Amino acid sequence: MSSLWLPILMAVPVLGAIVVALLPKGSDKAAKQLTLAVSLVVLVLTLVMAFQFPSASGERFKFEAVYDWIPSFGVHFGVGVDGIALVLIALSAVLVPIVVLASWHDADGVRTADGTLITPKRSVKTYFSLLLVLEAMMIGVFAATDIFLFYVFFEAMLIPMYFMIGSYGGAQRSYAAVKFLLYSLFGGLLMLVAVIGLYVVAGKGTFMFPELVGVIQDPATQKWLFAGFFIAFAIKAPLWPVHTWLPDAAAQAPAGAAVLLVGVLDKVGTFGMLRFCLELFPEAAKAFTMPIVVLAVISIIYGAIVAIGQTDMKRLIAYTSISHFGFIVMGVFAMSQVSQAGATLYMVNHGFATGALFLAAGFLIARRGSPHIADYGGVQKVAPLLAGYFLIAGLAGLSLPGLSSFVSEFMVMVGTYSSPAFGSGALTVAAIVSAVAVILAAVYILWMVQRALNGPTAEPVKAFKDLNVREVAVLAPLVALIIGFGFFPKPLLDVINPAVTQTLVNVKVDNPAIAEKGAGQ
Amino acid sequence: MNGVIEAPTIEYGALAPLLLVFGAAVLGVLVEAFAPRYLRRAIHMPLTLLSLLGAFALVIVTVVKGDLAETAAAMGAVAIDGPALFIWGVVLILSAVCVLMINDEGHFVASAAAVPGSSEEEEAEAAGSEHTEIYPLVLFAVGGMMLFPASNDLLTMFVALEVMSLPLYLLCGLARRRRLLSQEASMKYFLLGAFSSAFFLYGAAMIYGFAGTVSLTGISKALGTSGLLDPLLMIGLALLGVGLLFKIGAAPFQAWKPDVYQGAPTPITALMASGTLVAAVGAVLRVFWVGLGNLDWNWRPVMWAVAALTMIIGSVLAITQTDIKRMLAYSSIAHAGFLLIGVMATYDKAGQNSGSLSAILFYLLVYSLTTVGAFAVVTLVRDPGGEAWHLSRWAGLGKRSPVLAGVFAFFLLAFAGIPLTSGFFGKYAVFTAALGSGMESGDSLGGWMTGLVVLGVVASAVAAFFYVRVIVLMFFSEPAADGPTIAVPSMGTVAVITVALLVTVGVGLFPQPVLDLANQAASGLFIR
Repeated sequence: MSSLWLPILMAVPVLGAIVVALLPKGSDKAAKQLTLAVSLVVLVLTLVMAFQFPSASGERFKFEAVYDWIPSFGVHFGVGVDGIALVLIALSAVLVPIVVLASWHDADGVRTADGTLITPKRSVKTYFSLLLVLEAMMIGVFAATDIFLFYVFFEAMLIPMYFMIGSYGGAQRSYAAVKFLLYSLFGGLLMLVAVIGLYVVAGKGTFMFPELVGVIQDPATQKWLFAGFFIAFAIKAPLWPVHTWLPDAAAQAPAGAAVLLVGVLDKVGTFGMLRFCLELFPEAAKAFTMPIVVLAVISIIYGAIVAIGQTDMKRLIAYTSISHFGFIVMGVFAMSQVSQAGATLYMVNHGFATGALFLAAGFLIARRGSPHIADYGGVQKVAPLLAGYFLIAGLAGLSLPGLSSFVSEFMVMVGTYSSPAFGSGALTVAAIVSAVAVILAAVYILWMVQRALNGPTAEPVKAFKDLNVREVAVLAPLVALIIGFGFFPKPLLDVINPAVTQTLVNVKVDNPAIAEKGAGQ
Repeated sequence: MNGVIEAPTIEYGALAPLLLVFGAAVLGVLVEAFAPRYLRRAIHMPLTLLSLLGAFALVIVTVVKGDLAETAAAMGAVAIDGPALFIWGVVLILSAVCVLMINDEGHFVASAAAVPGSSEEEEAEAAGSEHTEIYPLVLFAVGGMMLFPASNDLLTMFVALEVMSLPLYLLCGLARRRRLLSQEASMKYFLLGAFSSAFFLYGAAMIYGFAGTVSLTGISKALGTSGLLDPLLMIGLALLGVGLLFKIGAAPFQAWKPDVYQGAPTPITALMASGTLVAAVGAVLRVFWVGLGNLDWNWRPVMWAVAALTMIIGSVLAITQTDIKRMLAYSSIAHAGFLLIGVMATYDKAGQNSGSLSAILFYLLVYSLTTVGAFAVVTLVRDPGGEAWHLSRWAGLGKRSPVLAGVFAFFLLAFAGIPLTSGFFGKYAVFTAALGSGMESGDSLGGWMTGLVVLGVVASAVAAFFYVRVIVLMFFSEPAADGPTIAVPSMGTVAVITVALLVTVGVGLFPQPVLDLANQAASGLFIR
């Protein structure tokens, strides 16, 4: 019994990418329109699929499809989604058309106010073709139920992003692209060893995830394999101290690509921790919880403090993301229902909030040609619409109540504080320390808003045009989602919660030993 | 001892591919002797290509018929088993593809004897003279490459080694551009190669002293009956190893590779980087698995160090290279290290070894085809003085010629082992075999094998850096004002690149058919 939903969802963007790439020279406009159309088709298909999700058949994974790919290696083209994967696929499907619209002129070359060319004109159709390839891979990486297939997407999706940064990014694009690729590749190769090790030790002759859950029993083996997976995911997420590639990559990437990089690609890291590190190696995950939570708390505080000191808007947003990823990782490893559901919700909300912030900043930068906050001032008077959207996106970044990220951040902190696992109280301390970041977040966001949007209008800013229809069409849906899910997160949580429960069952946190410890606190 | 010498039995049917190639080579020499100068090339080209393709067809026929001999042919001298036939097939395809490149104008010197830069050279060039001997020379080399991994005794192997190497020494010195470099490469290769042959021969003699036979089967039997720490055996093992490892360019015997790859005419470099490597790895496997298989407690620790060193030297030194061919040479050294990981992946039960063998065969096939494709691209990027060898000249190629640069980038990604390319599955197969053999219970080398695989992975990451650097140059840098021109590729070169690209993409997406082929070839292991 296999469903064609997910294969079709991946095939549509791939076919679209091929058609876009084969368009004759000079049909830039057609390439953009076609890409937008394809990504909208994917979005509609995803939404239809999502609405069928509650009633679809299948125990843990729904819309499953499994085909043999490489029988000699026990590798399948196996796809299927649980609630966690579904919301992340939906996140990707929502962001791509928005990014397409936002990137309408990205490949056309960027000029500063005084006319110097920052990025030369590049092949437009290649950019949009890469974007569609990336979309197919993003869907594939979240949908893969075969660990080998997951690995293949995990690595292969670096290549389109690499070219998007390297060919279309800012002045230091090639340095940033190489750093991004090498960091991720190194982590990925360590994971490859762990993937092979898992296959060999399990001795099942298959890479299908459901059949490998709970197979590895030996604690020492678990720890080694866990480390291989975790380092790869920590680099991807990125967790302090392997985060340094992100500010460079995000600052140099064109705004649209940065949204997908931070909004979706990095989520593969936290998604992988939740799905693979925890469920395949539960004992190791428990053994390593404390060090990882400490790293997460360092990320939360460090990211926030460094963000305050940034003078470059895109770098600032990148550092805030490092802080936010710390929250997600903490929520994942606190191993309670509320914290993990919160972390998953955080992945989605962060995608919307940071996406909106990056895009709004991108529109500012496109007008002024400079990413430096100091080059702006008083935008609010000249372009109130742009300033307004920027402010809302910023407030979502600092988790203002009523906006979606507040719900998830609150859930992560409460879930961590009251986590029944590890009764030592260390998690409680972690939750309290991380709460400091809420104040720091207000500082970095509001200070940026104050410097860029308020105050006397800077001379070059006076020529700014307010948002045009295309730009409003980019930001409005995101802001609507941020506010909508801020007041009514239930639809998302209804989908996420059963999947988290299943994860916790596989991790066996409700077993007597831990329950006893939990009761003793 | 009645003085009657019995005529040896020769299985002509089984040996037909080998005989065809050697026969065509001899015929080629006759063509050189008797055909008029203006006709030679017109005769050589079809003769060479047809004989290679004919031999390939014969290999296919043998495989399809499927009744492989249980014992070695030609009185136990040549083992025509699954792995040998697989390697023959690969070598024949590679050489046919390389001949297409060799046939292009402008790679070879007009008159090798003329002093570089002299008036004789100019005259020869103006007269349009050429060395058509290259065709029979290539055929002899290919014949040697086929015999080398199929030899079942050390003497035949030595002869094959020489038949393979001698024509290559010559061919290396025939580059039309940068002739002094080419001649230096030829000389260096010849001297070092002669040394390594001597090592091999001396080792064979020592082992003969120990076992009383040069046959690999006989050596294996002798190992089963007598002491394994016999000094003759140990010395023989070490010397034999030096000779063989030299040919695959494993560290610390890798020094010739960059110089020779750089100096040789690029089509010949392609032939050496693919065909010679495939043949030599086949021979290494046969010697170490068949002849010295029972001795693996002694050679595995040494091989471990060699593999580790090879990977590290290959990938680290490649970073500092500025010549595209030298960079590819160091990359080839690194890949030889990865292959040695596979050579070490032996199990206690012989039956399980077929998995490792199949992984190595698969790796050889995909790596060598990508290599040929990459060198074919190198031949097309030209400066006024020949190929644009300096890496900085490749800057901005992606703008000038997006298709060619894209293809080359894809080959580089395959070398780096990025998923959805053939190179990834090659690396994956070898690493899996090695980890699997290490996890075998009761194997004290287990942890070491895991360590070696981790080292291999780290080396891959380092190697990725210099592959990616070329991609950065091609796509993210602005083209130089007087950048290189892209030669209009001949039909042959187009065919080479297309075949290499199709295999790299096709196997990257659907490796199963090729894996099946390798599994089938490896299922019977080596005959003894």
